Amino acid sequence: MSLQSWGMYPTVENEVIKFSSEAELKEKLGTADELIANGNGRSYGDSALADTLVHTKPYDYFLDFDEVTGILDVQAGVLLSEILEGVVKRGWFLKVTPGTKLITVGGAIASDIHGKNHHIEGCFSECVEEFTLMLADGEVVSVKKGEELFLATCGGMGLTGVILTAKLSLKKINSQFINQTTIKTKNLKETFAAFEEYKHLPYSVAWIDCLAKDENIGKSLLMAGEFADDGDLRYKPKSKLNIPFNFPSFALNTLSVKAFNWLYYWKSQDGVSKQRVHFDSFFYPLDSIRNWNRIYGKNGFTQYQFILPKESSFDGLERILEKISQSGKGSFLAVLKLYGKKNENYLSFPIEGYSLALDFKIEKGLFELLDELDAIVVECGGRIYLTKDVRVSKETFEQGYEKIETFRKFRKENKMDEKFNSIQSKRLGL
Amino acid sequence: MSYVLIVGAKSDIAKETARVYAKNGYSLYLAARNVTDLEEFKTDLEVRSSVKVELVELDITACEIHKEIYEGLKEKPFGVIVVSGYMTEQHKAEKEWSESLNTINVNYTGAVSLLNIVANDFEEEKRGFIVGVSSVAGDRGRKTNYIYGSAKAAFSAYLSGLRNRLFESGVSVLTVKPGFVNTKMTEGLDLPEKLTAEPNEVAQDIFTAQQAGKNTLYTKWIWRYIMLIITTIPEFIFKKLSI
Repeated sequence: MSLQSWGMYPTVENEVIKFSSEAELKEKLGTADELIANGNGRSYGDSALADTLVHTKPYDYFLDFDEVTGILDVQAGVLLSEILEGVVKRGWFLKVTPGTKLITVGGAIASDIHGKNHHIEGCFSECVEEFTLMLADGEVVSVKKGEELFLATCGGMGLTGVILTAKLSLKKINSQFINQTTIKTKNLKETFAAFEEYKHLPYSVAWIDCLAKDENIGKSLLMAGEFADDGDLRYKPKSKLNIPFNFPSFALNTLSVKAFNWLYYWKSQDGVSKQRVHFDSFFYPLDSIRNWNRIYGKNGFTQYQFILPKESSFDGLERILEKISQSGKGSFLAVLKLYGKKNENYLSFPIEGYSLALDFKIEKGLFELLDELDAIVVECGGRIYLTKDVRVSKETFEQGYEKIETFRKFRKENKMDEKFNSIQSKRLGL
Repeated sequence: MSYVLIVGAKSDIAKETARVYAKNGYSLYLAARNVTDLEEFKTDLEVRSSVKVELVELDITACEIHKEIYEGLKEKPFGVIVVSGYMTEQHKAEKEWSESLNTINVNYTGAVSLLNIVANDFEEEKRGFIVGVSSVAGDRGRKTNYIYGSAKAAFSAYLSGLRNRLFESGVSVLTVKPGFVNTKMTEGLDLPEKLTAEPNEVAQDIFTAQQAGKNTLYTKWIWRYIMLIITTIPEFIFKKLSI
């Protein structure tokens, strides 16, 4: 059975290596040619695809949890959802979580993922105390914060080795609920102002209506929140809906997108409203629908996510949103977020500024549109998120990541470039 | 919280089942041969779910010591789940009697020996549940795996009788019939994706069905209908088929 990525594009045949011990992986690594680690297949594009994959998800033991310090030691295949199932009841939560909990710890490190609290807590690597990594020759090393291998591996897309275990620092919570404030904005200016106004709250994100035109460009629902303090920790994950087959590709036409945006836009009646919501629906709204990626049809989809420096964010976003609105290829999801300071890792995506993420069904003319958007991103000094990407050009990518040469040199010196490669790393010469 | 005894605890289905029961607050006895191999898994369960986990050395084919082992458990289990199974290649079992005998002993004889003891205990206590993992292969003998299939057929019939007997005592008996499952046992086989379940899906199905007091569980659910078709094909046609 071949493994695919979340975008279901491209579809490739691959050989899948499984392992249950370091020794077994070392042996299999030795006989394999080139490969890349694949966790739960939630990266959207080709970053975890290759002819040979190391499937790390079955390597999923919990090793230790110190309830005094909140340090959790797990194997890299453990899903974030499994961590939450284990620790929420005991009053702990992930310091950093993305918009899905169905990713592995190894994947979270390799993508150096971030979440709604990036402006406060930074990337996932902030909560990684140390991890173990199998290098190209099969040697297992323990890597601590600040080391070169740490900087290269966090955000390094699995291109430095296979992450085996990690010690994560968790945070204390006293409720499974979030006190949420929803702010309705009419345009991009108001949206930006709302982000600034609410940035003292740990979590914030905006759903943006991509089909809005002219003076309404950037109209959004901004949701900001923080954990409640009511002592309710009786966490019981709900069962999931399933989308059992690929939707026919006409299902996602402009009309359905409009309907979806409408629904979200009218959710809050006044300008500002307050809700108490469960963390699952606050952080992971789409996880309740298993296989939601099938809604885009069998040709698959891609998520276009870029970030612009703060000073050029407003102009850049206005231009990009206008282009998207004109194209009529508006996406189901458009998520806007204000980010905090960038970290030292070589390839981590976040920089201080605004990021926008949109889904596009794969269709004729799409990549041309995205190339046009790329040009604006580059002009504004922004960059593209590798975890979502399936098509960016080498030139565009390189202009966004100033530490790419350091990363390439490090890979070469350690012969990592001879063993660990994905379709993406080949495409971009990572 | 009450204990659940999982027999044949090293298999992928058993391990995922253990996780589901632990997640729902049950303490566990994990029984298998060379059970010390499960030390790391024991830690995994304890760290994940803060439940008690005990390892129990048990050879399902060593029937003569089943009673001693069961009575040695420091607290009687509330439920017993028999997952132990042995599947060899059909042609190997046809040629080597030891392979056939082992298939019968692991899948049937040993399970009967152990469950007889459990059933007597549960019947007396008038409580508890029993889950037996059989197979769709037991629903009809086919030339490609009828030795394994016939042992599972016997096990299914045993569970059916046991359910009938224990009904009055309020003890539930669930027969689980998995179709294709993506496990170590089937590694290397080219299984059709849509008909193949992941071990964690099977485990969740088992838990849900057991808690609901169901009698027979096909997993994935579609296998109920596939097997309905397969069992209704007239024998004079069936004998000519290669499926």
